[in-house]
Amino acid sequence: MDLVRFYARNSQEVVGLLGQHTYLVAISTVIAVLVGVPLGIMLTRRPAWRGPVLGLANVFQTIPSLALFGFLIPLPFIGGIGATTAIVALVVYALLPIVRNTYVGIASVDPAVREAGRGMGMTDWQLLTQVELPLGLGVILAGVRVATVVSVGTATIAAAIGAGGLGVYIFRGVAVVDDTLILAGALPAALMALAADALFGLAERRFAWGGGK
Amino acid sequence: MTLPLEVQGLGFQLPGRGTGDEGSARFLAQDVSFTVGAGETLVLLGRSGSGKTTTLKLINRLLEPTAGEVRIAGERARDVPPTRLRRRIGYVIQEVGLFPHFTVARNVGLVPRLEGWEPARVELRVRELLAMVGLDPDSHAPRHPHQLSGGQRQRVGVARALAADPPLLLLDEPFGALDPITRVELQREFQALQRRLGQAMVFVTHDVREGLLLATRIGLMQHGRIAFLGTPQEFRESEHPEVQAFMSAADPGPPARG
Repeated sequence: MDLVRFYARNSQEVVGLLGQHTYLVAISTVIAVLVGVPLGIMLTRRPAWRGPVLGLANVFQTIPSLALFGFLIPLPFIGGIGATTAIVALVVYALLPIVRNTYVGIASVDPAVREAGRGMGMTDWQLLTQVELPLGLGVILAGVRVATVVSVGTATIAAAIGAGGLGVYIFRGVAVVDDTLILAGALPAALMALAADALFGLAERRFAWGGGK
Repeated sequence: MTLPLEVQGLGFQLPGRGTGDEGSARFLAQDVSFTVGAGETLVLLGRSGSGKTTTLKLINRLLEPTAGEVRIAGERARDVPPTRLRRRIGYVIQEVGLFPHFTVARNVGLVPRLEGWEPARVELRVRELLAMVGLDPDSHAPRHPHQLSGGQRQRVGVARALAADPPLLLLDEPFGALDPITRVELQREFQALQRRLGQAMVFVTHDVREGLLLATRIGLMQHGRIAFLGTPQEFRESEHPEVQAFMSAADPGPPARG
């Protein structure tokens, strides 16, 4: 009940932080999709790059998020205190699932379908846009879904470098040992993750073609 | 008078180490020559790995020949951009390879659409083709491939290959994955289609009965080369050991008497 009272008293701040949080997640996910999907497509065309690129993305994934935020702060342009740094870090985390799933989604298209398309005289671009991407879309969306859900959680840490978001309450609550304050940040973040998960889950099912049946 | 297909000294060598003892094993096709006239069906017969499928793919440039020349209706295949070349050559494969997210109508109309036909003309052509391969256009056109049986799917595959009325049709074991009854049914219909269409066809199979049934001429492939080339009649009478091996596989002979 403390929580309800807290929200009632700080409604304006809550809405602001929620907005910041959504902004961080949305911008970073959009950038990760714009970079990750073409990168994943490229890996299907240049198999030799697959190991190095996925390996590098894997390495980034293993850096503890708080440490990555810390590493980014001293860097020029992309670093510093604030939202830009947070977005760069969130993009780095979102890239791996998106690149990997784009690659897997396209690579798992039935080879007979691909051969038929090429044999019919489709150009590589036509094959990609009319066949491979539509058929891989379910798997690609699954990658975006994972990226978004992870992003919602990781974005709470962005508060540590002054990027705002729901993490502000969590860090404040940890600092003053106030459970209500921690919950005030954690609960909406969890709900946001669940909502994103459900939304993308719906989209995924809508676009799943179930391979080459 | 130019022939729909002329193949001269065609070869395909896998890239990699040059000569040596296993040098010959790296040739998937070697010195393959034949011609196919309009209305003719050349059956390429052979064991698995004998170079039949490789030869087909060299014709429509899914593989680039490392030797020799292919002419389609007199024009050198290597002078034509591969995508344009392939739209003039129908292609049917065993796994059919229909696009699962397209309706039957969109699958069949694929090449005409790539060629920029008007939608009304594509639709008309699709209906005509579905009827030609024995599928009712009204009930089948809006379906998706997963709603069809294996035999129906391969009919759609054949219709798709015929869509832009190509002068040449390449078929890679088109009936290989079907049950024996559907298979015979489609073979019969295919014969009727051959008579009606007058297209040049290259038909790959390892089934000697199918070959004898559908061929105007049979090219028997062995180790990437054409070991025998002749009419079904000549094939039956040939004393070439590989031909005899195939003939005995087709006909188990009289039961052994004890």
